Amino acid sequence: MKQKKRNKLIIGVIGTLLALLWLSPFYLMVVNSFKTKKGIFSNVLGIPEEWTFVNFKQAFIDLDFVNAFMNSLLISVVSVTIIILFSSMAGYALARNKSKISNALFMVFVAAMLIPFQSVMIPLISLFGKVDMLNPGGLIFMYLGFGCSLSIFLYHGAMSSIPASLDEAATIDGANRWQIFWKIIFPMLKPISVTVMILNIIWIWNDYLLPSLVLSAENATIPLNMFFFFGQYTKQWHLALAGLTLAIIPIIIVYFFAQKQIIKGVTDGAVK
Amino acid sequence: MKNRSVSFWLFITPTLISLALVVFVPFIYGFFYSFSDWNGLKATEFLGLANYAELLQDEAFISSIWFTIKFAVASIILVNIIGLGLALLVTQKLKSSSILRTVFFMPNLIGGLILGFIWQFIFISAFDAVGSALGIEALSGWLSTSETGFWGMVILNVWQYAGYIMIIYIAYLESVPEELLEAAEMDGANSFKRFWNVKFPLVAPAFTISLFLTLSNAFKLYDQNLALTNGGPFRSTEMVAMNIYNSAFKEYDMAYAQAKAVIFFILVAVVALTQVYYNKKREVDL
Repeated sequence: MKQKKRNKLIIGVIGTLLALLWLSPFYLMVVNSFKTKKGIFSNVLGIPEEWTFVNFKQAFIDLDFVNAFMNSLLISVVSVTIIILFSSMAGYALARNKSKISNALFMVFVAAMLIPFQSVMIPLISLFGKVDMLNPGGLIFMYLGFGCSLSIFLYHGAMSSIPASLDEAATIDGANRWQIFWKIIFPMLKPISVTVMILNIIWIWNDYLLPSLVLSAENATIPLNMFFFFGQYTKQWHLALAGLTLAIIPIIIVYFFAQKQIIKGVTDGAVK
Repeated sequence: MKNRSVSFWLFITPTLISLALVVFVPFIYGFFYSFSDWNGLKATEFLGLANYAELLQDEAFISSIWFTIKFAVASIILVNIIGLGLALLVTQKLKSSSILRTVFFMPNLIGGLILGFIWQFIFISAFDAVGSALGIEALSGWLSTSETGFWGMVILNVWQYAGYIMIIYIAYLESVPEELLEAAEMDGANSFKRFWNVKFPLVAPAFTISLFLTLSNAFKLYDQNLALTNGGPFRSTEMVAMNIYNSAFKEYDMAYAQAKAVIFFILVAVVALTQVYYNKKREVDL
């Protein structure tokens, strides 16, 4: 028993050391964002000898942080909402219709997951450019197209645990499909909706490549402004790191409050 | 829901249209234009396989494929070993288990672009500082050679992705029945034997999932590559995704870039279909 306790202690110590190692990049980012240029030059690893907040002020302005944050928020929230509404509808319809056409359509949705973004990126931008859709609206539509496959797949799977007798009972009571879905089925799909929401929001909030091809400067999201900001301040690490710290803060706040749901959502998305 | 019923089509139309316009139409369109001299706006001539023939001579493209494969192999091995190690660690019923999970998983919530920039600082400044403090010369000048650029990419990817793969292993490890482990302990199996003979076979399905997730992730990687090395020095750390992007949006060679994109699709699809095949086979075996 004594040995078991000692083993546990050793494992605990290893775990703590590993966690510190994992966090060390964040530690270095944060401490150096409070240093002056000279401060970083003379001392990279330790805490600042004199703390300065000027870096954050300038990074905040140069990143156009409020604007970029609002753009990111708007695009993420609208895209994810649309993905949830339309994918749940399709997942429901495809699961309840057992015909050959329905199965074939489901396979089409799943097969689309095989196509990597880079394989369609060039013609996509060319086509949407021709119809003048390289703007936030066009981007949201693209997110629906790229995001719906996995989401429909997850909703389709979740439907198997909701008995069809529920639909039948509601039909007898005189409800139509539209009412059955929104009043009875959609609320029961809530757990999978949370998963779909988490997976898509992590992807869309952090996405760089697609918005970099679609959005103009005034609609830029946080990753886009981060890219330009970083290019502007290469070798001025004190400013660059303050910008990076700013960009990460919203994510850490959300993670702090919703870590259980986030980890569960990611697990469900990967294992199913 | 019947095929002919209006509601069936009403329910699937929004996603069907968006998927068609965003994925399938560009895919087919791009496939045809990869056989032409398309410049992004129009094509004047059918070139047959000329673009594809040119690919075979394109050293930068071929070396980007090799770099991607080397990167994928190194990543798969390290991510899975470390991811499984972390999963075993945090399922030991420690008091700190849930905090540890949170920490190891955290990098996955942050975009590859930002992670790449942070690690650029770590490799260039922090490595240098540690190196000169400890007198280890190998720690200075990181990312300035193709060797350190390669390992820099691998380290970043392992740091980010091991926590993600950990989550998958945890899901399987936690489904191992407690009674089974207790029974094994009663029979005198030590902790290594309990892992190897009891847990390991039950966790095997997680390997297939994790292996292919790591593989397809490695193939599609772009943001981290852009932020950490931007392909440098001298395009020696350029991965396939970045090579395609540069052909299209830096050299404006659209038809040629699309030919690369078609080859890229075939590579990724072969990987994914192999996974489907193995999963099916496994289900039959069980």
